[in-house]
Amino acid sequence: MLLIYAQIGLADVKQTAELYRYSVFAKRMLSWRDFVAALVVFALLVLLGLGLRQMMAPVAAAMPQEISLSPIALPNYVLRTTLRMFIALAASLLFTFTYATLAAKSRRAEMVLIPLLDILQSVPVLGYLSFTVVFFVSLFPGSVLGPEFAAIFAIFTSQAWNMAFSFYQSLRTVPLDIDEASRAFRFSAWQRFWRLEVPFSVPGLIWNMMMSMSGGWFFVVASEAISVGDISYTLPGVGSYVAKAIEARNLHAVFYAILAMSVAIVLYDQLLFRPLVAWGDKFRSEQTAAQIVPKSLVLDLFRRAAFMRYLGTPIGSGLDFLARQRFTPFAWAPRPSHPLLPRRAGDIVWFACIAASTIYVVLLLVHFMAPTLTWHDVQIVAGNGSLTLLRVVVLIILATLIWVPIGVQVGLRPKLAEKVQPLAQFLAAFPANLLFPVAVVLIIHFAVSPVIWLSPLMIMGTQWYILFNVIAGTTAYPSDFKEAAATFRIHGWRWWRDVMLPGIFPYYVTGAITAAGGAWNASIVSEVVNWGDTKLDGGGLGAYIAHMTVAGDYPRIALGIAIMSAMVVTMNRLIWRPLYAYAERRMRLD
Amino acid sequence: MSQAQNPVLTLIEVCKAFPKPSGEPLAVLADINVTLKDGEILGLLGRSGSGKSTLLRIAAGLMPPSSGKVLYRGESIDAPHEGIAVVFQTFALFPWLTVLENVEAGLDALGLGRSEARSRAQAAIDLIGLDGFQDAYPRELSGGMRQRVGFARAFVINPLLLLMDEPFSALDVLTAETLRTDLLDLWTSQQMPAKAILIVTHNIEEAVLMCNRILVLSSNPGRIAAEIPVTLPQPRDRLDSNFRAIVDEIYATLTERSVDVLRTHKDVHGGIVQPLPRAAVNRLIGLIETLSNPPYEGSASLANLARALSFQVDDLLPLAEALHILEFAELNEGALKLTAAGHVFAGSATLERKLLFNEHLLRFVPLAAHIRRVLKVRESHRAPRQRFEIELEDHLTRADSEQTLGTIIGWARYAELFSYDARRRTFAAEG
Repeated sequence: MLLIYAQIGLADVKQTAELYRYSVFAKRMLSWRDFVAALVVFALLVLLGLGLRQMMAPVAAAMPQEISLSPIALPNYVLRTTLRMFIALAASLLFTFTYATLAAKSRRAEMVLIPLLDILQSVPVLGYLSFTVVFFVSLFPGSVLGPEFAAIFAIFTSQAWNMAFSFYQSLRTVPLDIDEASRAFRFSAWQRFWRLEVPFSVPGLIWNMMMSMSGGWFFVVASEAISVGDISYTLPGVGSYVAKAIEARNLHAVFYAILAMSVAIVLYDQLLFRPLVAWGDKFRSEQTAAQIVPKSLVLDLFRRAAFMRYLGTPIGSGLDFLARQRFTPFAWAPRPSHPLLPRRAGDIVWFACIAASTIYVVLLLVHFMAPTLTWHDVQIVAGNGSLTLLRVVVLIILATLIWVPIGVQVGLRPKLAEKVQPLAQFLAAFPANLLFPVAVVLIIHFAVSPVIWLSPLMIMGTQWYILFNVIAGTTAYPSDFKEAAATFRIHGWRWWRDVMLPGIFPYYVTGAITAAGGAWNASIVSEVVNWGDTKLDGGGLGAYIAHMTVAGDYPRIALGIAIMSAMVVTMNRLIWRPLYAYAERRMRLD
Repeated sequence: MSQAQNPVLTLIEVCKAFPKPSGEPLAVLADINVTLKDGEILGLLGRSGSGKSTLLRIAAGLMPPSSGKVLYRGESIDAPHEGIAVVFQTFALFPWLTVLENVEAGLDALGLGRSEARSRAQAAIDLIGLDGFQDAYPRELSGGMRQRVGFARAFVINPLLLLMDEPFSALDVLTAETLRTDLLDLWTSQQMPAKAILIVTHNIEEAVLMCNRILVLSSNPGRIAAEIPVTLPQPRDRLDSNFRAIVDEIYATLTERSVDVLRTHKDVHGGIVQPLPRAAVNRLIGLIETLSNPPYEGSASLANLARALSFQVDDLLPLAEALHILEFAELNEGALKLTAAGHVFAGSATLERKLLFNEHLLRFVPLAAHIRRVLKVRESHRAPRQRFEIELEDHLTRADSEQTLGTIIGWARYAELFSYDARRRTFAAEG
């Protein structure tokens, strides 16, 4: 984050005439902006230090610290949770820059890395938490770092894949002309990376970061209080707070947590993403001026605060200096713009290596799983899988029937859309698992069937993606089409079928893909829920994985995850991809 | 100063081939020999697809030739080299950098200090008349100003050789004219560091305005079809009769080539695989009507037509060729002359025009007759597009085959000869 603000300090100085005027008038004067900006910076630094120090504490000091249900303890818990998010985000960025670069620059690495990424995207994050917990706890025995890393890794896995995909796609679609210009002016690989490739990928990367983060809150909350077999831990955080509240049947505490989390998400959005999006706008590669320029109060504040400029300019120049260095020793040749004839022999060796390692992994898996698993297990998992699949399908259909008409109505009213859109994005980011206890209390109170009424929890957090994508689609719908439809007095069902639905279809598909993916993931925490000693079990594959996790039965967890991943991949290939391709082909509006 | 220096750029026996989807090489350039001497502006003129941009990229070291050699001051090069700068058709500016930063980016490879880089960039900006725009982002600028940034970025490295890939073709006529004049002023007053310029263009008048020598490239594969020296003194006047004579000569060269090519294709494979130019029916009708009206009265030189319609060769030649193929007009020595059928067409109403077009399409375009025959023989009266694609791609490139099918579909739809369903990608007999 520091890096980004530093660059802002450099780039902004000369941006507007207004700014220029300001700097002439108030060159030596400190303004309120400086104070506020300074306050923000120092507050963030102090909080960062505070949280980190707690995190590094040895387990002896950290563990006895019981989770307190007092609302006064909550800000600290929220801070800890947020910090995990930051660290995971930094790790995801690092991963993105290395993994995607390797995949884009090396044809052979690409053959392995990209399909791998595609599969990793479909594996339910919460499913393999049990494996990573064991791994990290054994890596840092006796320290709270083990569980911390496991939680951070869970968030990392929820956001790294699509960021890496986005960056890889950007690297492969750098416009030919600026690619040639950077070669003609003989940029080194290092210069090319920072001058061309990273800037070009910024808009896509920011967007994907936002999407990842929205999902991330869900997982961080879910991964703070975990028990796998005989290992169980609670990390100080909002998730543990809620877990404790559930155990104590304390609905007040749950509401406090919801409130605190809402504040945290709003702050996160205002302090990090708004500024990022506004700053990222200059990296759009279309050459036309934007109709709507994203704005951020915080970014403006930082840009205008004179002291931030004094602070930012040297850092900015330093980074700029670094980006200009050639560092040729580390250079690899840029990929030729037209593929050479395949180098056969090398490829054969490479394929053989891939095949050998695949066979080895399969054998290993069989060796690991075969002694305990029987056909009966597979049948059980398949049965549970069908139940979860049925839930996902029904829920997506229901969410579509509800949110598409509402989204369109909202999108048609620009004033309203402006207000609803941030709300929908907020709801998508809000970790729905914090709301589960409320739903559970209601189910218990009305004594309705958990098999049916637990299901909506799966889509509680992700349905909003459908809503805000539909709103975005409707807002972007060309007004001349709407006017044409009005002129020819097209109304009712025909209006939906011929005018509006085809126009928003690509947006809807994007939203529905995200919603469905999220629902699969959420099933692991929403098909079985507790309230104190009361346990509600809705059945299904998510419930199966959750049970096996508590029991520490690794072969069956693995089986459950494998089947769930297979179902997600199949659904993506058979339904979403063709739909998406169809939308791309037939319903483009340009 | 007068040491016997090697020419700035020499291309020796340069050939370029790209692999086709089937793996076979497809020749784009063949046997290109070019020498560019100090103080020379050399124009590369050709239609789209003649490989002229590929040739420029080979000269820039952006692309290796399949065979042959590129010498820069006598030294063989195979990658972008210090002293060569490229100006791009689409400007190729970094949208996230300001004008000043974009110009400085040209210096990145030289590893200069910050202050030296800044002063050199400032000098280049002053030279091209961008002063005051340093802090603007490219998207805030008009096309002409953006291309000035492209020039400044090229000048800042003090290139010996300036390569320009259709630098004015993305600009409107007025802007292009101003920028061209400014560039020529810098060149003639020797304020420009470059010793030689290679400019790729499809604008014949532009080439004659700027160049000392023009190489006309033919298509498929690109070869040097003619070399035309231009010795007129600068500044040149478009209305000057000598100027016009050179423009006409180039048009004649280009049309002569294209008529030759049309003739040879007609003899191969019953003419079915003759590539058809990109020519929409509406434009053909417009051209016939223009030709039949005053002042042309049925016949006009392409140079005059192009000027009157403000068309480039790339716009006009395909239409002229299409009329020639359909025998509504005759293309000869840079002039287009309506046939008797062309005159009748011009004087008819919509329905008769369609009938006449239908008749000519069947008679003079073997592919149209072929498709109709296939549709008739088939029981369903339908045929997938792929069936004809395969047939065409035995003899034509992918792009040519796509274009040919696109053209024939447009013509047949107008003539109501057969129909095409883009969703199912099938042809169907009409009615």
